[in-house]
Amino acid sequence: MDTGLLIEKSVLVVILFLVSLGIAAYSTYFERKLAAWIQDRVGPDRAGPFGILQPIADGTKMFLKEDFIPKNADKWLFIIGPGISMFTALITSAIIPWGTDLELFGRTISLQVTDFNIGILYLFAVLSISVYGIMIGGWASNNKYSLYGAIRASSQMISYELAMGISAITIILMSGSLSLSEIVEKQHGMNWNIFYQPVAFLVFFVCSLAETNRAPFDLPECENELIGGYHTEYSSMKLGLFLFAEYIAMFISSAIMAIMFFGGYNFPGMDAFSGNTLAILSVLAFFTKTFIMIFVFMWIRWTIPRFRFDQLMHLGWKVLIPIAIVNMLITGLVIALNQGWFN
Amino acid sequence: MKSLTNRKKVVSDKPMTFTEKLYLWAIAKGMMVTFKHMLRKRKTIKYPEEVRVFAPVYRGMHVLKRDEEGRENCTACGLCAVACPAEAITMVAGERQKGEEKLYREEKYAETYEINMLRCIFCGLCEEACPKEAVFLTDRIVPTEFERNDFIYGKDKLVEPLDHRIDITKRQHTGKRSKI
Repeated sequence: MDTGLLIEKSVLVVILFLVSLGIAAYSTYFERKLAAWIQDRVGPDRAGPFGILQPIADGTKMFLKEDFIPKNADKWLFIIGPGISMFTALITSAIIPWGTDLELFGRTISLQVTDFNIGILYLFAVLSISVYGIMIGGWASNNKYSLYGAIRASSQMISYELAMGISAITIILMSGSLSLSEIVEKQHGMNWNIFYQPVAFLVFFVCSLAETNRAPFDLPECENELIGGYHTEYSSMKLGLFLFAEYIAMFISSAIMAIMFFGGYNFPGMDAFSGNTLAILSVLAFFTKTFIMIFVFMWIRWTIPRFRFDQLMHLGWKVLIPIAIVNMLITGLVIALNQGWFN
Repeated sequence: MKSLTNRKKVVSDKPMTFTEKLYLWAIAKGMMVTFKHMLRKRKTIKYPEEVRVFAPVYRGMHVLKRDEEGRENCTACGLCAVACPAEAITMVAGERQKGEEKLYREEKYAETYEINMLRCIFCGLCEEACPKEAVFLTDRIVPTEFERNDFIYGKDKLVEPLDHRIDITKRQHTGKRSKI
C-alpha cells in the first residue's frame, strides 16, 4: 500500500477529529451567546476577551467533576453509552467531501477521508447506531427519567429516520448516485439541489432537528419534564461526551445538509479559480454553509417551544412521511418523463 | 356588554385553515421576532465595570457619622436597634474617659456597634430613629463575602474615616444635618 496515502489520510483524520471537537466546543459558546442575544442578554463574557475561553473553562470543569456511577446502574453499559454516542458522531465525518482536491508535495490530495460509493447508506447506518448510545446510556442508568428519555429517543429516531430517508431518496434520484462526492459534483457552481427540491429540504431539515435531538424535538433530554432525560445520572466527562456528541452531530448534520441541498463546497463563480486556490476557497465555502446551517439550528432552538410527544409522532408519521413520499413520487415521475420512459 | 376600553377581543375557536396548519408562516414570523431581538442593544449593565446611577435617596450601606470636629456622633442610645424591624443592630455603650473628648461628642458612646448586613433590609428606620444624626444609609453597596460572619459590620467598617468623609447631603434633608 502507498505510504504517502496512509500518511495523508491519517493527517486528514487527525485534522478532522480536532476540527470536529473544536467546532463542537465553540458551538456551545456560540449557542450560549446566541441564546443571550435573542433574550436581550450579553451571554458569557468573563473568560477571556468576549468570553472566548468559556468552552475551555467548561471543559476543565467537566474533567474536574466527580465521576459518579450509581450503585444500581449497569456499570459497563453505563460507560459504553456515551462512548457510542461520541464514536458515531465522529465517524460520520469520514465520508464528507470537504473541498476540491488539494495539490501538495506533488500529490493530489482528496479532501475526503474515504469516497464510499454508498456514502448515504453509510450515513444513515451510522445515524441509526447513534441512538444506541442514548438508549444504552438511558437504560443502564436504572432511573425512570433516563429510561423515558431513552424510549423517547428511540421512537423519535425510528419515526424521523423514515421521512429523512425518503427525502434523501429524491436527492439520490436527482444525482443518480449514492456517493456524496458525486452528489456534490452534480451541483457544480450554483446548480444546487435546494432550487429543485425545496420540499425535500424542508422535510430533511425537520428530520435532522429530530435526529440530533435539538429543540423543538429535544424530548429525549427535555430538562423540565425529564430533568435531563437520558443523561440524568451522568456526571463529569461522561456527561461531557454526551453533550459534545450532540454538538458534533449538529455540526455533521449541518454539513450533510450543505452537501445534499446547498451544493457542498460549490460556490458561484468557482470556474474562475483552479488548483490550491480553488481548494481553499471551496473549503471556506463549505464551512460557511455549514456554519449558516448551525446558526439556523440554534436560531430555531431559541425560537420554537418544544413539541408534545403525541404532536411529535403526529408530525412524523402523518405529515412528514406522506409529504416525503408524494415528493419522491413526483420527482421520480418527472425524471422518468425527462428521460423519455413513456414515449 | 359594552366595552369601556375598546380592547375587548372576541375569542373564537374556528378550525385552522390549511395554510395555518402548515405552521410555516407562523414559525417564520416567530423567527423574525427572535432575529430582531438578536440585533437589539443589550440593556445589561456589566456591574463591576459600569455602575448604575443611583437615586439620590438610595438606601445602601450604613455610615456612622462624625461631627465637624471629627467626634463620633453616636451616643449608644439604642433607638436605632429598637426601631430596626430586622433586629440587625446591636451595640454596647461605654462611658467617655478624660482625654477622649476629641473622640466622642458626648459622655456616652458606643464601644461596639454592629450591623448584620444579612439581616438588614435597608429600610432606613434606624436613620429616622436616630436623634443624634449619627447613623445614615449611603449610596454604597455592601460587597459580597464568602463567610457569613464577614457580613457583621463593626465600627471599623461603619464609622466614617476622618480623612475620607462620606457625603450624606443627598439623603432626605431635615434641615439640621451637618454638611459633612
